[in-house]
Amino acid sequence: MKDYLELFWAFARIGGLTFGGGLTMLPMLTYELVDKKRWISEEELMDCYAIGQCTPGIIAVNTATYIGYQKKGVMGGIVATLGMITPSLVIISIIAMFLSKYMDHPVIMYALNGIRGAVCALMLNTVVQLARKSLVDWKCVVISIVVFLLALLTEVPTIVLVIAAGVAGVLIWKLEGRRS
Amino acid sequence: MNVYLLLFLEFFKIGLFAVGGGPATLPYLMELTEHYDWFTMADLSNMVAVSQSTPGPLGLNMATFAGYQAGGLWGGIDATLGLVLPSIIVITLIAKFMKDFSERTIVKSAFYGIRPAVTAVIAVAVIGLFQMALITGNTSQYPVAVGPLVLSILIFGLLQIKKLRNMHPVFWFIGAAAIGILLKF
Repeated sequence: MKDYLELFWAFARIGGLTFGGGLTMLPMLTYELVDKKRWISEEELMDCYAIGQCTPGIIAVNTATYIGYQKKGVMGGIVATLGMITPSLVIISIIAMFLSKYMDHPVIMYALNGIRGAVCALMLNTVVQLARKSLVDWKCVVISIVVFLLALLTEVPTIVLVIAAGVAGVLIWKLEGRRS
Repeated sequence: MNVYLLLFLEFFKIGLFAVGGGPATLPYLMELTEHYDWFTMADLSNMVAVSQSTPGPLGLNMATFAGYQAGGLWGGIDATLGLVLPSIIVITLIAKFMKDFSERTIVKSAFYGIRPAVTAVIAVAVIGLFQMALITGNTSQYPVAVGPLVLSILIFGLLQIKKLRNMHPVFWFIGAAAIGILLKF
């Protein structure tokens, strides 16, 4: 029981003290899990991160499940994940409650219109950074352009596009393997 | 169907297919605005801002917020649990049965195709955000929301400076909110 509480609390702290998720969590994860608790080594953390990134779902949650599982099996994975989501649930529920109450106030509206401009700029920047990392050769550029046009101009669901791109990746690998 | 069951199922689907973490959930959340009246595109933009400036992973924050909009306090919990359940199942199976999962060539080659596709669908979602924030649904006398548009171009320009890019997003939001209030956007 004590182990589970410790697991829950460690991940609740990580969830409650990091912003953004994904890669920005790495320093906090290293501090809590490698330096302080010594639950895993730095190499294991990197492996776990690699798995978290190439599986579906929120990277932070995937990492929590994986480390929880390594520590205490299936229940450990569940407990660590519940720890990770608790701060979000509490903080966001409070803000959502407040925001839906005062949304129509003119000052809040002006502020939100300004913030929207900032959101657009930051998200556009995220796309630019992602493009730099994911478009490693001309085949990736072609996949990206085709998916972009299909998503923009047709009603094909996102799920179908992502799965099709995964299949395309495997096919490219098979074709190139045959040639070489 | 019961709204809680529907919320759970929709977010389960997002958790199962959003590869690439938080930002990758955005295109799916946008699809939800087309199929349900749980929240609007304008709500979605608020969710992104709040989720980026509060602690916790972006994807979890957005799910809690979206669920709250759709079904109150329980809706938020419901949606978030729906989002993480696929992770728990998939990761547990991988941890148990596939030690060298991320090293396998088939996984690597699938992700070689998936990553550029995810970039593209997020790009389309961001275009949707731009349309909502800067072109339609605004109360000003211009067809384009001039203030927010100029502001976003300015911020995007500043973000190309490496030092500023590493700054916490909340500072951009505070600055943008102050400008919005001062200039009555």
